[in-house]
Amino acid sequence: MKEILSGNEAIARGAYEAGIQIALGYPGTPSSEIIENIVRRYGNAIYAEWSVNEKVAMDAAAGAAYSGKRALVTTKQVGMNVLSDSLLYSVYTGAEAGLVVVTADDPGLFSSQNEQDNRWYSRLAKIPTLEPADSQEAKDFIVLGIKLSEQFDIPVLVRTVMRVSHSKSIVTLGERQESGKNTVPFPRKPEKYNCTASHARHMHVKLEEKLKTIQAFADTLPINRIEWGNRDLGIITSGVVYNYAKEVFPQASFLKLGMSFPLPTQKILEFSQGVKQLLVIEELDPVLEEQIRAMGIAVRGKDVFPPYFELLPDDIEKYCQQAGIPAQRKSTTRGTVKPESLPTRSPVFCPGCPHRSTFYLLAKMKLPVAGDIGCYNLGTLPPFRAQHTMGSMGASIGVLHGMALADIPEDRVCTIGDSTFFHAGIPPLINMVHTKTRGTVILMDNSVTAMTGHQDHPGVDWSVVPDRKAKAVDMEGLVKAIGVDFVRTVNAFDIKEVEQGLKECLAYKDGPSVLITKGPCIFVNRTVKPPYRVDQDICIACGTCFKVGCPGNVLSEIKHPKTGKFKAAIDPTLCNGCGVCAQVCPVKAIKPTESSQSLTTQI
Amino acid sequence: MEEMNFLILGVGGQGTILAGDVLSEAGMIAGYDVKKSDILGLAIRSGSVTSFVRWGKRVFSPVASKNSIDYLLAFEPLESLRMLEFLKPSATVILNEYKIPPVTVSTGQMKYPSQEEILHYLEQNSSRIIRTNATLKSQELGSVKVLNIYMVGILASLLPLDSTVWTHAIQKFAPPKFLELNLKAFEKGYQEAKTRHASV
Repeated sequence: MKEILSGNEAIARGAYEAGIQIALGYPGTPSSEIIENIVRRYGNAIYAEWSVNEKVAMDAAAGAAYSGKRALVTTKQVGMNVLSDSLLYSVYTGAEAGLVVVTADDPGLFSSQNEQDNRWYSRLAKIPTLEPADSQEAKDFIVLGIKLSEQFDIPVLVRTVMRVSHSKSIVTLGERQESGKNTVPFPRKPEKYNCTASHARHMHVKLEEKLKTIQAFADTLPINRIEWGNRDLGIITSGVVYNYAKEVFPQASFLKLGMSFPLPTQKILEFSQGVKQLLVIEELDPVLEEQIRAMGIAVRGKDVFPPYFELLPDDIEKYCQQAGIPAQRKSTTRGTVKPESLPTRSPVFCPGCPHRSTFYLLAKMKLPVAGDIGCYNLGTLPPFRAQHTMGSMGASIGVLHGMALADIPEDRVCTIGDSTFFHAGIPPLINMVHTKTRGTVILMDNSVTAMTGHQDHPGVDWSVVPDRKAKAVDMEGLVKAIGVDFVRTVNAFDIKEVEQGLKECLAYKDGPSVLITKGPCIFVNRTVKPPYRVDQDICIACGTCFKVGCPGNVLSEIKHPKTGKFKAAIDPTLCNGCGVCAQVCPVKAIKPTESSQSLTTQI
Repeated sequence: MEEMNFLILGVGGQGTILAGDVLSEAGMIAGYDVKKSDILGLAIRSGSVTSFVRWGKRVFSPVASKNSIDYLLAFEPLESLRMLEFLKPSATVILNEYKIPPVTVSTGQMKYPSQEEILHYLEQNSSRIIRTNATLKSQELGSVKVLNIYMVGILASLLPLDSTVWTHAIQKFAPPKFLELNLKAFEKGYQEAKTRHASV
């Protein structure tokens, strides 16, 4: 049977067909749809959960695989940094059943803070790595990954990128292959599963031997494929870049590497001897290129292509042209008459978002703000410009701690979401408590992991499986229990309440203070309130309502008679009735309405 | 048809992704190899959304090249101008004329291009523009949510695929509750466009 699947849907299907029993991950674009599709389509066969962070997911998957269950971990590229500590020991130990880790990388930074190339982890952790080029391979490589993992007693990494995860193509489906193992008592094999130094020195030697075997095996794997074409140009590539390169060089010879670690050295040697010029095309870092060079083979690669951003067909054509390697297709450039500039459509807080009021205040109070990862990072953009740092999950509280240690002359705050706090915010807050450093942590509790598509986290009583209830961890209780003496919880939609709470927190001098701004994401609380409207007789065209940065606040066509400025209006099709803009209006011109108005008023 | 490339541009929340899914499914049912690539901006709502759909004997890249798009489905006038270099000079543009001004415009920082400008740039880069107010048309049908399938209906009227192919594709993706309405929107878009070709 054939179906069109996205790469992530195909990975979920692959998990099903591979007989995976336990799938764990933390949400992160572009990986989040894997766990979601496992639940939606194969929830009867596979236990799935959103774990508190990637490291916990990795440890739990290792524990499940030690216990004889086939396990899968999903993460975005930066989540690999979080789980890497555990990845490295799991490669030493191996497991009783197959263990596959999927990393979804983001060349082009469509939704990430960096562009790291996780193929370095293959070499660092010494983990066999498969790189699918499309949805069919995404599915097949999960099945193959489990097979290799069990054959060689080692976890396997499957590295996809946004263009594989979020692209769709036709997939031929297969059947589920159950592991066939029954539940057994936990294996008591400390020499295999306890990495104490005296055990680990033997494990390391064994691992290196294993890698040699796998390297030889890689030369026999059909997914490492030579396609002989014209021998003037030979291209070595992996993953989706193969598909880009095939468009630009349809006549060239190709060595497509399905397994990018360990490399099939014999095949690479054979290929290099069969072509006149050898070109390695890979996005981001010269991971393949450097290993091939180390074999003593002359190749071109990063002298032609930059080590950043995607290499789409048009990019490959352009860079090759510049390097004197002519494309084998009709040029795609043509003269285009284009507008010089267009209004941008940058991301904004949704109408009805609970974060809006806090950032309105932070902008007004001009406080230095250490930020974190989540929707609230949109507070960095105009009109707020009120989040001044952002780097990794949970970093905001540690950076705040550092600002306090540096004894900056201002009151200082950080913002962190509920899911991010559970993920990596608790240890740095404990650190602030213990050292009694002064600073205010604004814990923005919208009851969901919002930016990645509204997943659950430990603070809510529901889970990714609709009928599986969960226990909500009490965040305020937790903050108090770790020793924060000054905690205020306020209604995020009430600007006065937030302002009052914030001022009290800032005034507290004896250690950290925590302000919990509570208000559900509009995707959690879907009760639609009637939209607000602007009374044109009262509006003085001062523009204050635009400072809350809501797409629902628009310019009206009526000018103020004295200033000639356009008055404000509200698009009733966008307004969710949160009332934040009404609270900032100095003349009370913004009022609630009874029901929604006609859509046609907007045209 | 040897190969056919589609570009769908719109604003988050307009259902462009599903329109691309229907288009991909129809291509597969009709026997093509199909690839599709979606780019969603950071914003869950209200950001620019781009999808490529490619039909062919064998499609390699999920992303189409410049100067290769045969049909542009533009769900919003401003968005229609963002990727003009991807259109073939022979391209057809299906333009939903219902405007959604971005925050930069509604707050007065930037100017939304005029209708004349929009049409000028589209004319310079394509050979046919089919203008419609799909948002209002679908609202008249009962829900703004079916504007995506209304747009697909217009496109279908220009392609040599059997109408049952489209019905099957819509059935696969429309929520059962709204299937009827989606099929109605498809039919409406298809018929209106056909009438218009006849009158030209």
